[in-house]
Amino acid sequence: MGAIDREVDFRAARRRLEAKAKSAGEKLATLEAAVARVADGSHVAFGGCLYSRTPLALIWALLRRRPRGLTISRNLMCYEGEWCMVAGAVEKVVTSWMGIGLPWGLSRIVREYVESGRVPIEEWSHLALGLRYRAAAMGVPFVPALTMLGSDLMGVGGAKTVTCPYTGATLHAVPALFPDVALLHVQRADRFGNCQIDGYPHMDADIARAATTVLVTTEEIVDEDEIRRHPDRTVIPGFIVDALVPVPYGAYPHECYGRYDAEVAHFSEYVAAIEARGAAAVAEYLERFVYGPATHAEYLERFGAAALADADRRGHELTT
Amino acid sequence: MGARELADHQTVFTGVGAPMLATALAQRTHAPHLTMVVEGGIIGPHWKPGWLPISTNEMRAAYRAQALPAITDVFLLAQRGFLDVGFIGGAQIDPYGNLNTTVIGDYDRPRVRLPGSGGANDIISLCRQVIILTVHERRRFVAKVDFVTSPGHLGGGDARERSGLLFGAVSRVVTTLGVFDFEPESRRMRLAAVHPGVTVDDVRASTGFEFPVAEPLRTTAPPTEDELRLLRELDPARQFLG
Repeated sequence: MGAIDREVDFRAARRRLEAKAKSAGEKLATLEAAVARVADGSHVAFGGCLYSRTPLALIWALLRRRPRGLTISRNLMCYEGEWCMVAGAVEKVVTSWMGIGLPWGLSRIVREYVESGRVPIEEWSHLALGLRYRAAAMGVPFVPALTMLGSDLMGVGGAKTVTCPYTGATLHAVPALFPDVALLHVQRADRFGNCQIDGYPHMDADIARAATTVLVTTEEIVDEDEIRRHPDRTVIPGFIVDALVPVPYGAYPHECYGRYDAEVAHFSEYVAAIEARGAAAVAEYLERFVYGPATHAEYLERFGAAALADADRRGHELTT
Repeated sequence: MGARELADHQTVFTGVGAPMLATALAQRTHAPHLTMVVEGGIIGPHWKPGWLPISTNEMRAAYRAQALPAITDVFLLAQRGFLDVGFIGGAQIDPYGNLNTTVIGDYDRPRVRLPGSGGANDIISLCRQVIILTVHERRRFVAKVDFVTSPGHLGGGDARERSGLLFGAVSRVVTTLGVFDFEPESRRMRLAAVHPGVTVDDVRASTGFEFPVAEPLRTTAPPTEDELRLLRELDPARQFLG
């Protein structure tokens, strides 16, 4: 059975969901306990987009377990995908785009790993990947769409067309993507896992519904009453969530809307090291930032309190 | 020049880089009622001069936005037909306006792995008209792209409609040398205008395929003092001005 067959198998995905507890109880866990739920060989979907609200603390904790054989998916994959490649954690990347951004040019790590055939990228358009999560969130094997038709992307990931039974039009039958695990980072949640997101929602609500297991970090845990006062702001209801970890700066040095800005100077340093030393620079980076610090708080200390405060200041300036 | 292709009261799906700057300029000159839509899930931002976003998915891109829908939903606005213009940056481009941002060489073992489609495929597939803004270089303007990431007119004629892409198409390619439109029948690129001081031979020398020249060939008007001043204000660090 090919990867896509498993990813679109809505019957099996439904059975997996029916078999698990959908509790209204407490979801609080440690980072270590949360990522212990990720089995080798799993399909892991990351929330956020590019360097915005990336669940970096969860990815940090996951990589420390030295996972193997993962498929990772994300709408726009940033350098966390490079970490997974160099750490030997991934077999395949599913995305619409991978890099950091225009000023940093092509990713040398992506070039090295993909051009040598070590890690393939399965490319979808941004909307098509979004609709893959949405079809899964809807519990159906595909949704019809008008995008990607005619392009060579149709031949890459196993996409098929369907003839509309009503109008006869040719439509892209965008296949569902049911990830085994979703990793998400949000601004606020109560201890039961009811999550609220500020600013742009990206694809997190769909990814949470599409996955079998949902692991979330939150900037802060708020009182149940605060969630109940603004239930309209809750985009992921608690019974969907399996583990919730309070991690302030859980997306840092990526941005978190309304809280802190991204550290683009840090991205430039990271890329400059890769330009100088290739994948070895990523391995050194992982030693320094991922495997080295014993706790996530220690990881943050490597950036320093002044940097965090400055990111806070910019983040507030941009959203008020 | 890209800014002038946009009209007031339009909705514009803006790609990263130079199209963002051009759209922000149009908003501040002749198109105050233009709504900018950005793929990160952002509607109607009004960017702060000197604070142009470097990605479509960051807080700068959302500055003073009117709405922040989910990414999938912002693209679905384009699929529904709400977006008049898609405005994206260039890559490898062929005479039919097909774009490649995926691979140079073979897909499975590429000579160069490029970053990928992102939203470009969706913007070019779903907006009513599409304007491509690009640097004019021979290595970019090729007779055939290695991979059609984002479909222009595909093989020409009615190939695009036959693939199922019923709405919209690439209408203009604005470059550092001039402006192309597309012949109505063949849907091949045609030189419609050159920038002041640029000759047709200059354009031919920087283009890897033959193209017809519109009769009469227009010459674009140079940027006004006002446009230049606004551009410098918007992008004082010259991130996108080059």
